Amino acid sequence: MGMVHDIDRVDRIAEKLAEAEQIKGRSPWQDAMTRFFHNKASVGSLIVLGLILLFTIVGPYFAVWSNEEIDWDRMGDIAELGRPSIENGHYFGLDDLGRDLYARTIQATRTSLMVGVIGSLVAVVIGTLYGAVAGFAGGWVDGLMMRIVDILIAIPYMFVIILLLVIFERSLFMLFVGIGVLSWLDMSRIVRGQTLSLKNREFVEAARAAGVGWFTTVRRHIVPNLLGIVVVYATLLVPGMIMTESFISFLGLGVQEPNTSLGALINEGAGTILRGTLWQLFVPLFFFLTIIISLFFIGDGLRDALDPKDR
Amino acid sequence: MTKMPRILFAGLLASSMLVTPTLAANVPDGTKLADDQTFTYRLLDEFTSVDPQVVEDVSGSDIVRDLFEGLFNQDADGNLVPGVALEYTTNDTKDVYTFKLRPEARWSNGDPVVAGDFVYAWQRLVDPELGSPYSWFGELMSIENAAAIIAGDKPKEELGVKAIDDHTLEVRLTNSLPYFPLMTTHSSTFPVHKPTVEKFGTDWTKPGNIVSNGAYVLTEHVPSERSVRERNPMYWNNDETVIEKVVALVINDDNVALTRYFAGELDRTDIPSGQYPKLKAEYPEEAISAPRLCSYYYIINLGENGPEYLKDVRVREALSLAVDRDVIVDKILQGGQFPAYTFTPAATAGFQVPDVPAASMTQAERDAKAKELLADAGMGDGMDVKLIYNTSEGHKKIAVAIAQMWKTKLGANVELANQEWKTFLETRGNGDYEIARAGWCGDYNEASTFLDLMNSQSGYNDSKYNNPKVDELLAAAKTADDPQPLYTEIEQIIAQDVPIIPIYHYAINMMLKPTLKGWPIQNVEQNWYSRDFYKVAE
Amino acid sequence: MLNFIIRRLLVAIPTLLILIVISFFLMQLAPGGPFTSERPLPPQVLANIQAKYGLDKPLLHQLWVYMKGILLHFDFGPSYQYKDRSVNDIIAQGFPITLKYGSISFVVAVAIGVSLGVIAAIRHNTRLDYAATGTTFFAQSLPNFVMAPILIIVFTWQLGWLPGGGWNGGQWQYLVMPVIALSTSYFASIARITRSSMLEVLNSNFIRTARAKGLPERVIIWRHAMKPTMMPVVSYLGPAFVGMITGSVVIDRYFNTGGIGASYVNSALNRDYSVMLGITILYGGLTILFNLVTDVLYAWLDPKIRY
Repeated sequence: MGMVHDIDRVDRIAEKLAEAEQIKGRSPWQDAMTRFFHNKASVGSLIVLGLILLFTIVGPYFAVWSNEEIDWDRMGDIAELGRPSIENGHYFGLDDLGRDLYARTIQATRTSLMVGVIGSLVAVVIGTLYGAVAGFAGGWVDGLMMRIVDILIAIPYMFVIILLLVIFERSLFMLFVGIGVLSWLDMSRIVRGQTLSLKNREFVEAARAAGVGWFTTVRRHIVPNLLGIVVVYATLLVPGMIMTESFISFLGLGVQEPNTSLGALINEGAGTILRGTLWQLFVPLFFFLTIIISLFFIGDGLRDALDPKDR
Repeated sequence: MTKMPRILFAGLLASSMLVTPTLAANVPDGTKLADDQTFTYRLLDEFTSVDPQVVEDVSGSDIVRDLFEGLFNQDADGNLVPGVALEYTTNDTKDVYTFKLRPEARWSNGDPVVAGDFVYAWQRLVDPELGSPYSWFGELMSIENAAAIIAGDKPKEELGVKAIDDHTLEVRLTNSLPYFPLMTTHSSTFPVHKPTVEKFGTDWTKPGNIVSNGAYVLTEHVPSERSVRERNPMYWNNDETVIEKVVALVINDDNVALTRYFAGELDRTDIPSGQYPKLKAEYPEEAISAPRLCSYYYIINLGENGPEYLKDVRVREALSLAVDRDVIVDKILQGGQFPAYTFTPAATAGFQVPDVPAASMTQAERDAKAKELLADAGMGDGMDVKLIYNTSEGHKKIAVAIAQMWKTKLGANVELANQEWKTFLETRGNGDYEIARAGWCGDYNEASTFLDLMNSQSGYNDSKYNNPKVDELLAAAKTADDPQPLYTEIEQIIAQDVPIIPIYHYAINMMLKPTLKGWPIQNVEQNWYSRDFYKVAE
Repeated sequence: MLNFIIRRLLVAIPTLLILIVISFFLMQLAPGGPFTSERPLPPQVLANIQAKYGLDKPLLHQLWVYMKGILLHFDFGPSYQYKDRSVNDIIAQGFPITLKYGSISFVVAVAIGVSLGVIAAIRHNTRLDYAATGTTFFAQSLPNFVMAPILIIVFTWQLGWLPGGGWNGGQWQYLVMPVIALSTSYFASIARITRSSMLEVLNSNFIRTARAKGLPERVIIWRHAMKPTMMPVVSYLGPAFVGMITGSVVIDRYFNTGGIGASYVNSALNRDYSVMLGITILYGGLTILFNLVTDVLYAWLDPKIRY
């Protein structure tokens, strides 16, 4: 899927952070924060995302129906009786089977956000560890590990997704792992590259020359500098993960009923356009687009904040 | 393997020597035909093959019936009508059949269709080297030595089929089979053109290579996109064929197919589940619903791996009673399906749906009884039930609704698991489930095609139901003059033992352009031939 | 440079071989097999079919036969699902279709994406920039399985302008909707990358110098800024191109183009091992090839990089 991995720029962020540390001698993070909060689009998106998050927490208290209850009286004629309505408690209308779309949307939003965040975490953790180990070890270990990455990159992701979801019993956990496992490869390359270059940086060498221990050097100078890329890359990954999940739902390999995800709801809604039940598409699509676009703005804002050159 | 009952087609024997009018487009006088006689329809998936001996899916068989012609065909009501064979004779014991072939039958390259072509095709069907997934059909037809050839114990030349001369085909059977001619409408018995098959190997079915003897020849095939078959001028009844060209478009998505039907790109498409009433209201002449020979049901695992709680018949019955079939049929499917309390569909020829207690109760009574039974069985609230179904929008809706019924009425915690098709089959086949979705369409139009599944020895009996009484009755039905009382008894035993939860009997739901005439709506097996159709001017 | 290409190609061969082996074994882990069906086949019939395809032999032997077929005859075996066709047939039929609409989508995506990105960067922080950014974010987020049915409803049913699907030898009417649906999210990504890259270049010292020299803006943009701007874009284009010609299952399903994306997913669902493996090899080979192409282009754009 069209995930943007603007690796080039992400790549440079670590350098920027490292340079900043050398030159200014004060935390580059504070600068970045200040810059980030001056970016209107990012702050706006952060607020929107916060509101959606709040909605998924507070929303259920206003729900009249649960996400799996079927409204037996209305299920036969959704187009007429299933419209969004305040009176009967179906604020967002009914889905095709007569279930409350309000409750389902809340549950779907939670799933999608969780897939995005946990999937990214899996990718980031594996990618960072793998890349860092390869970078530190160097030599033939590095070469071998990177050849493995080359091979894995050549395996089509569709093959992996389908196999994972077919071989193992389908569950939320498998979905997180499956999506995460697909995306750590780029991360590992970036981290490895950064680790390699940081290892030979003057300030690292200086620290070592001054007798600072190996472990302390890593902890004080390398890890914080990697953190920048990791954060930015992770923010860019989250929307990609949510989109990948929607694609998996399209293939029919998504989460199990009665649970659902935004991708699954959108897919169902797209199938009922002809029946005059447009809310089934537009409600989940609205949440989906809002979340993704907000995340894009936040990701861009973070990247710009950490890489101030083009401001 | 399923065996057809003796009684089946008894009527056929009496009339076997009569030649019914040949089948063709039956255009009433004074009909104004459309200028463009192209029939375009939608396929859900790419067909597996158009090789008569290899094809195994329904959409492939539909095409094969247009491209090739066997000994006999079916008419619009499913009755037998002559194809390449004009007539047949049989001996007293009904184990030797002699078919007289029509001399004017031609292959699309002009060669005459001879008895040897059938011999070649039938030997090919059972040849282990071809590895046909339908080779068992040769065994089902009881042709002499078929089983031994499939097992590799005899050469295929020893199959009990012989060309007496170019237009006389003799078949020897291992046992008496009065309904044998009816089996020759099956696509795996259609002839193939030996020189073509031998020249091109597996490529012989490609457009340009293929030589066929049906009303049409395959002229274009873009896999997963379209296939086109055009009138075969060499076909013996070509003069009566009206449709010039048949186009099959592969459209995976039901709704896209419907949109394209509205846009005028298709003459026939399937109606997505739940859309029938709306379409019927808007397009009363186009939306069609007709019974089909299929049953939709849930199977309960009674085998070794099956859970303990389902071994209690009261629990099984409670689960079955709590399923509100009317809601499923009237509110979810909404396409003229029939609520089912017994297994065999009412549409089955010569079958009378037996009375079972559940069928005559109201849903409130059923629910009350279900609760009672569950209490008797000592299952309080919070019974855990796991239901598996294969990935599909339609199966999902039904599973979710039934899960809700069990939850609200019986207080069960239902875990739903949708599995991708092959995984599902594997899980179900291995007995690693509690309750699973199932569907069955009749191989032929007689109740035993359904009830044989309840035989403890049946390879299709995935619930591992084992009741010696049922096996006994099934065996008796094979030779009974009137099997109906036996079938009634079997259905009643099944209703008591509840190895399955019947849910509904299928209806075919389709949109058909009113200008297209001749669709065999009455044929519950839905075997259609494009040469029977014609398009009228609007 | 030539050395570099040769070396990379040499590395590609073992990579591809390992890919085949891994995929071959992974594939077998999926439950069920090509001949698992609703109506289980009688054991003898199943045995005959498996013997025909050599599936009764040990896996290692199967792999050996498979590899021999590829290396000696470039034969990827028969399809188990579509018994009239071989894997070579399926790829030869489906891949050109995918390649055609994929390439056109690629060109369209690059053309629109780069122009939109450049315009947004030149008019930085103007309404035009915001509009362009908004459009690209929206375009990138909209799933194409939502866009495809809407396109068909609008253009085929309501307006009656375009056929609702099919291929028909790739006439332009049949290409319009697949290309729109496929290129949208990609042009959006390209526009985003182009914009940020262009912004950075425009702020760099050598552009400032050029401006100071009084060169016209048009010359600055096209003659000086364009090439460095394209660097990150190019690194995205390699994977994007492969993504476009491989990730097209949505397009194939909705527009029944007959492309190879749907064949791939179907082969996995049908356990049509040989087809699945054949297309995996094709995709893997393409990925490797286009990574190489990207690197070469990169070197051409940035003379500092030496191999």
